[in-house]
Amino acid sequence: MVENVKDLLKAHEGVKREVYLDNENSTIVPKDVVDAMLPYYNQRAYGNPTLTHKPGWEAFETIMESAQKISRFLGTKILEEITFTPGETEANNLAIMGSAFANKHKGKKIVISAIEPINVLHVTELLQKFGFTTTKIPVDGEGFLDLEKLKDAVDKETVLASIATVNNEIGTVQPVKEALDIVKDKNPDALFHTDASDAYGRIPFNVQDLKVDLATVSSYKILGPRGIGALYVKEGVNVDKILEGQIGTQKLWPGVENTPLIVGFTKASELAFQDFEANTKHMRMLRDTLVDGIFAKLSDVKLNGPKGGKRAPDNANISFLRCEGEALTIELSLAGVYVSSGSACSRRLLQPSHVLVAIGRKFSEAHGSILMKTTRYHTEEDITHVLEVLPNAVNRIRGIVGSTGVD
Amino acid sequence: MSRVPLPYTQKVLDLFRNPKNLGKLEDANVISVAGNPACGDMITFYMKINDQSVIEKISFESYGCAANIATASIVTEMIKGLSVESAWKDVTWKKVTEEVGGLPSVKFHCGILAVGAVKRAIRKYYEQKGSAPSWLPKELTFEEKQALEEEELAEKLSKKLKAADEK
Repeated sequence: MVENVKDLLKAHEGVKREVYLDNENSTIVPKDVVDAMLPYYNQRAYGNPTLTHKPGWEAFETIMESAQKISRFLGTKILEEITFTPGETEANNLAIMGSAFANKHKGKKIVISAIEPINVLHVTELLQKFGFTTTKIPVDGEGFLDLEKLKDAVDKETVLASIATVNNEIGTVQPVKEALDIVKDKNPDALFHTDASDAYGRIPFNVQDLKVDLATVSSYKILGPRGIGALYVKEGVNVDKILEGQIGTQKLWPGVENTPLIVGFTKASELAFQDFEANTKHMRMLRDTLVDGIFAKLSDVKLNGPKGGKRAPDNANISFLRCEGEALTIELSLAGVYVSSGSACSRRLLQPSHVLVAIGRKFSEAHGSILMKTTRYHTEEDITHVLEVLPNAVNRIRGIVGSTGVD
Repeated sequence: MSRVPLPYTQKVLDLFRNPKNLGKLEDANVISVAGNPACGDMITFYMKINDQSVIEKISFESYGCAANIATASIVTEMIKGLSVESAWKDVTWKKVTEEVGGLPSVKFHCGILAVGAVKRAIRKYYEQKGSAPSWLPKELTFEEKQALEEEELAEKLSKKLKAADEK
């Protein structure tokens, strides 16, 4: 099968301009970030940070200074509150499983939203085997959490609530502060975790202002390297390790620390935060141009998620009715525009994105959805190119659909 | 909810880019549909079958992924000009998959759905005629059963969704 890929890639020859908008699923790593990482592979700090030699001490110094910087970006000064993990998936697994196990004497109920990422959803399903139960709080048509239902769901048996600050698919900025107050009001002992991977570097986010107990951040979501993320655990909050092995500087995650990735994550954070206002304004401007352009050029389109200030500045998620998403991603790819779809066809099961289903989209609407995220590196010319290519692509796929699949 | 790599063949890509026999057929005397938009996987075939029971013309429309479009397209090429009997007997989902140079296993159902839709069309043709030949089995074939199963799954999911909405 891998031979086929060569033909697929060859079909892209002659593409004049490439615009990568699939920043939900993986991203470029900017040269500045790569340059910052390179010396840590073979010039300095390549040692194990727990060992007593110069490269080890260099690694120790580098990791601690990185943790210090990340902790400041998150709004805390205590670097011990930061645990580096191999990514968002691992940080969320650690947050949910680790805190549930460490605090099971307090209760075995978990509360999450219906649109949590699958690395939260699936962990809570796994925890059923250990006697935990999970309540999923519904969201409205724009993805906002039903706070009344949250209030009803939390009781003295609740050990943990986990609500992502920004939804990764539709960009909804949740009222996390209100949700946390509701949870703590009904049960001060319940822990509150938020996956802030899509908030970090995109909207103001501060663990001390929010008073969350646990928060996940991810490197690649801010154009850092893949394979690294972090979990913030408030001082005094008990979390069990979920993997066994050699423990070094990271008390909750065994294995040899990956210093170059930690450096890359830190550099990516610095770049995201050094011009935070300008960066996010740029993302928002391009995102708005993209969405407005699509609505101007095409009929039968629907925006998934809210409009305005309660939406992350980078996120555009649009359903193209009478158009199947996977086919559209291929058509766009052949024209140099790279996006992803919530279609079931690109997934193993026939069910489309659970997020789109939870906000009440019909299956056929979810199958025709396209997710795009702008970054500070995109230009107006990029968006102009997308707006030139997209209507033709949608119209060609709609031409194949004809009157089939109209429900 | 997992994703798999989908390295489509050159043939699938070619048919996706330039589908053959696409669109409605004005003088069709049999139209058959398989799949469901809820599955993101649906095919319509339009056929003109003549008095000698030969499939004289055939076209398709497809609401689905590249594999769905490619398999529907290749099926039209495979059965155009065939007698209904040989279209029934000789066109299997495995042959369709071979003709497109192979498919990722998660996409086998696309070829199955396309063949299921052809078999439905042939049954419909004989229903319209009011008599069925002896070679036409009463029992549903594998492809027809699979198409039905996919449609029932879509139905079930849609119902589940509605029930969740009303809660």
